Parts: sequence; structure tokens; C-alpha cells
Amino acid sequence: MSKYYLNYLDELESEAIYVLREVWAQFQNPVILFSGGKDSIVVTHLAKKAFYPARIPFALMHVDTGHNFPETIAFRDSLIENLGARLIVGSVQESIDKGRVAEERGKNATRNALQITTLLDAIEDNKVDCAIGGGRRDEEKARAKERFFSHRDDFGQWDPKNQRPELWNLFNGKHFEGEHFRVFPISNWTEMDVWNYILRENIEIPSLYFAHEREVVWRNNSWIPKSEYLIMDEGETIHKKKIRFRTLGDITITGGIESDADTLEKIVQEVAAMRQTERGNRSDDKRSETAMEDRKKQGYF
Amino acid sequence: MKIDNSQLLRFTTAGSVDDGKSTLIGRLLYDSKSIFEDQLEAVENTSKQKGHEGVDLALFTDGLRDEREQGITIDVAYRYFTTPRRKFIIADTPGHIQYTRNMVTGASTANAALILVDARHGVIEQTKRHAFIASLLNIPHVIVCVNKMDLVDYAQESFRAITEDFEEFASKMLISDIRYIPISALNGDNVVNRSENMSWYQGAPLLHTLETMHISSDINKVDARFPVQTVLRPQSKEHLDYRGYAGRISSGVFRPGDKVSVLPSGFSSVIKAIDGPNGSLEEAFAPMSVSITLEDDIDISRGDMIVRTNNQPEATQDLEVMLCWLNNKPSQPRAKYSILHTTNDQKAMIKEIVHKIDIQTLNRVPADGELQMNDICKVRIRTTKPLMVDVYRENRTTGSLVLVDDATNETVAAGMIV
Repeated sequence: MSKYYLNYLDELESEAIYVLREVWAQFQNPVILFSGGKDSIVVTHLAKKAFYPARIPFALMHVDTGHNFPETIAFRDSLIENLGARLIVGSVQESIDKGRVAEERGKNATRNALQITTLLDAIEDNKVDCAIGGGRRDEEKARAKERFFSHRDDFGQWDPKNQRPELWNLFNGKHFEGEHFRVFPISNWTEMDVWNYILRENIEIPSLYFAHEREVVWRNNSWIPKSEYLIMDEGETIHKKKIRFRTLGDITITGGIESDADTLEKIVQEVAAMRQTERGNRSDDKRSETAMEDRKKQGYF
Repeated sequence: MKIDNSQLLRFTTAGSVDDGKSTLIGRLLYDSKSIFEDQLEAVENTSKQKGHEGVDLALFTDGLRDEREQGITIDVAYRYFTTPRRKFIIADTPGHIQYTRNMVTGASTANAALILVDARHGVIEQTKRHAFIASLLNIPHVIVCVNKMDLVDYAQESFRAITEDFEEFASKMLISDIRYIPISALNGDNVVNRSENMSWYQGAPLLHTLETMHISSDINKVDARFPVQTVLRPQSKEHLDYRGYAGRISSGVFRPGDKVSVLPSGFSSVIKAIDGPNGSLEEAFAPMSVSITLEDDIDISRGDMIVRTNNQPEATQDLEVMLCWLNNKPSQPRAKYSILHTTNDQKAMIKEIVHKIDIQTLNRVPADGELQMNDICKVRIRTTKPLMVDVYRENRTTGSLVLVDDATNETVAAGMIV
């Protein structure tokens, strides 16, 4: 006799597909925010399944800080070609050149916060009314309060204290001209779920997630990759280490961990045994207790 | 590597800071080893700064800046943990009277509700309110955690008195499965590990209960309902004539060959194929997201519902609803709202408020014409077009709805069809 219940991964998959189809039904011009990281790759994979055998009906929007891992860009371009989807790029460099934002200075300067302006400009310029993201509630305490359908006012801001109640599976995406929504189909997934799903579905991910030899500097408790943007401090030295990345952001702020996990199976085993959160290696979250909440209110991913 | 077959259980916890709710969640996360070292370190530092002895487990559930400053929970927060047996999603909701709306939100998708009772104070009005909401939202399982047993010397008599009290008033409600567990969240008694201080308690600790309770029957598998979300038309060479109706099965089971009707038009056809996320299926059941193709070409669009011809929901424009008002702005008499029900988006008017529930006494009281934030009322609603509905008690998906204020686009009310 067959069983009439789903295992948790099937249930999460089913929920995410439902959310993606709601987006398509409720919005005029939705896009997937694509960073090249595993979460947005999983969302894209789910979107492919949600509309099969039709093509994925969303454009992919990438906010390009200019401080990329070259591997991420190569991965992005090949994925776009395979999907036959449209790519929209918002360039932080352009925002700087136009004087919309000013570059941070100093050793710990990053373009992380500058992305907010570029992202909101790209959303406005392309008349996007819904940006689908790979954010998960287990990532960070501000994200734990995020809705599946999250309203943004006409300045792109999030008001965490005045969120729309979200009951059952009834998603209210109604909005006025100029406002938009952020939608998070994998809200209920944990890092472990994402990895188990990637393994189960055999989803292609950038080589950066697998253990590889790289030149790195020890800074803020993690291995920061050597790149043309890295400003070395006195006393810092370049090491050659076998590392991999648990999350992918800008090359300037994404720290690697020492690892021998060079297959998906080994990564899943390693993640299961981890005693640190994945964002523990992201210096963008370490700036203050409420770094994520503050950026999210302004319009961050 | 084997992909495990464990199920997902969603539960909600209601209670205020004083009940030890945050401590209980912190304890579950901590003892099930779901806390990471950097999180633990952060909480240890904050505990020290605040001058607490040891680790304040409640800090694990801290959220937004305002909440940390005021030391209260404002909104629903979601937490996750996994054991070898199950994956859990906790909807952590504040229990103060003014946050009824958040409790209702957290309860809407839950398989189980944890209700905390302070062993020193016994069943109080707040406890009754939480039980009432669990009953109203038809949460299949309720677990009463009698907390702070350490403060009553782990006395069996205190526990027994509370379970008797709870049984008495809960007998007037529609809760089918209630369990009682004596715990001390602070010391970890009967949370993850069996307590050595209460040998008189023969039952399972909380986590074991959550891991093993039967939840496969929580979803209605009898009445086949499939609200259409969108239509898939690839219009590619390989799939020239493909016309798939995409949606998530609300309840019941569908198989190719089933005789179905499409509502509200009433046209009937036969299911040709069902495609799931991993290819075609011999049968599909709730809550699977699938795409259904039919033998006949019928005009079907979003908002329509595919059902088995011999088991149909009621199509009606007049609804009797238990409504919880969620918005600061009170309802206006005879005001029109958008009504969201399954994949339908129609207009509706609240024609009449039948009665209000006094959330303190749980008695019915006459309505005074206006619905205020956190009010729970029985109302009559008229919609512009028929909706395909079931009673909420029998179907949490086709029996639920929300109202949206067209002037602000905010979700202002949640309703359960009676």
C-alpha cells in the first residue's frame, strides 16, 4: 500500500513551487534575484520545475558589485544560456560612476551596502513589481520574522513592525504603483535542507563551494581570498590553503573555511557536523548586532 | 547517501515571557544540538552583559531591535530544528492579549500547539484563550506543558490539579487530541531528556512526543479539491498541445482516469495525466504541487476548482464565518473588501455581525456593530460571485479566507467558514 504523506524535502519543494506559481499569477513583472549563490540557484531550479514543460517565466536579475569571483560570473552566464532566460544586470560600478553612491574607504571597505541603491534602481528602471529571493528564515534573526510575500514601499523599504499577517497559504501581493514585493519561496528551508536538496536533485553549483587550493589571508576568523581588491594589512601574509566557501558574496567579504569536502556528499556530511552558522564567515553581518535588520529596512536582499 | 523519509511537523507556541516560553524554545534548540557555536557565544556574551547567571536560553529567540530593547516579542518568528526523526518548524508567537492576531497567524498552519501553564499559577484566563484559539483554528494536536515544575517541588499533585482543570474547560471545545507533560524548561526536565525528578510521570518527554505523534492524518485525504493557480501552456514544438492546470492539491487524492468536474462551470472531464515535480504520477495527494491535464478541452483559469464529480464542495455567495480582525483600523458597517479564498480573488461585504466572543470569558456577547483589532466574531458575508467552499473543521484550505482592505491593500481579517 502506498503512503499518503510527503517527506520533509518533498513538502518544502511543494510549498516553494506553490509560492513561485502564486508570484507568476499575482504580479506583472517578477524577476528572480540571482547572486550565483546556492540559495538563488535552488530557487531557479524550483522555478524551472514549477513551470515545466513551459519555460521559466522570470528574468534573472543580478546585482553586480564588480567585486565578483570570476567563477560566479562564468556560472551565471552558462546557466542563463541553458535556461534561455533573460538576464538583467544592475551594476554597482555604474552607480558609483553616476555618483549615486560613494565607495567606502579603508581596509574593511566593501561594496555590500552600495548594492542597496543599485538594486532599488534596477527594480525601478525595469518596472519590477516582485523580486524573488533566496532568503531563508534560519539565516539570521531579522530574517526569522520575514514573510513569504514581503511588502516594500515606494522607497523600497521594509517595515518589520507593520507587516501584513500571513495565514494559511493565502498570499496577499496587492500593491500600489511604485511599490514592490520581495518573495522568499525557500523561507522554511535551512542550510541543511538546501544542501540535501542540491544533493538529491544533483543541481550544478559553482566550483567555489567545493574544496580547492587558493591563496588566502587570515582575517576576522576566516580565510579571505586574495584578489585584486584585497588591501593587505601590515603583518598579514598570504597562505596557500585547501578551502571552500559556505556562502558566496563579494570576493572581498566572503571568507572560506579549511576543508577537504570536494564532492556534494562530503559537503553534506561536513555541513551536518558544522558548529558555526554559515553567515559566521560573512563580515557584512558582523558590523553590528542588527546589521542585517538595518540593511533590510533600507531595501537590502 | 540515503535521503531520509522524515516528516515535517509545524507547531506553534503561545505564552508570554513569564510562562517560560522563550526558555522552552531555547531549551529545545539547545538540547537537540540545534544551536551553533557562534550563536551560543553571542548569547553567552549578552547574558554576561545583562548580569545573568549562566546562559539565558530565552535570548536564543530574540528578534528585532525593538523587541530586544523592550524584552517582548512583537511578531511571529519562525525557528527550525531537526532531529533524526523529524524536521520541525516553530511559529513562536507572543501570548499577550493584544497579540491575538499573531497567535491566530502562527496557528493557521500548525499541526500542533504547545500551551504553557505555569505550575504555580495553574490554568488562568490566558491559558483558556490559547486553548480557544487552538480549537478555533482547528489545530489537530494540543500539548499542555505544565512548566516550572521545579518551583512546586516536582509535586505530582500540582500537575494533576492542572490537568483536571484543563480537561474540564477543554471539554467544551473541539480539540481532539490533548496531552499533558510536566516540565521544567529552565532545568531541562522532560523537554528533551526524561526527568529524574518526576519518576511518577510515566509519559514521554516533550521532544519524543513531537517526534512520534501521528500527523499523516492531519490533512484531509478524503475530499479531493484542486484550486487552479495558473495554466501552463508551453507552446513549444515538443509540447504544442500541452495545457496543464497548475496548483497545489488542497485535500484528497487524485489519479489519472478520475472523473472530475470543473467548478464553477460544472463541466466534467477525465484526468489524463498528473505531473509532479519529478515527472508523471500514478496518484497525487495533498499537499503536493502538481500540474493536471484533462481529456477534454475546457476553458479553465485561475480561481476555478477541479474536484471529483461525486464529491463536490458547496458553491455559495453567502458565508457564515468566524472572523478574527487583524487590523488597527476597525471594520466599517457594510464596507466592501477583497476576499481571498483558495486561488480566488473576489469582492465581499460583511452583512451582519452575529455575535462577538469575549476573549476573557469565552462567552458570546452581542456585537456592537464594529470589528476592532483582535476581535473574534461570527459574521455573515456576501460575495459577488460564488466561492467553492467546505467547512473549515473539515478542510483547512477550502474553509479559510482572508479579507483585504482595497484602500490600503492590507490583510485585515482572517476567516474560518462554519
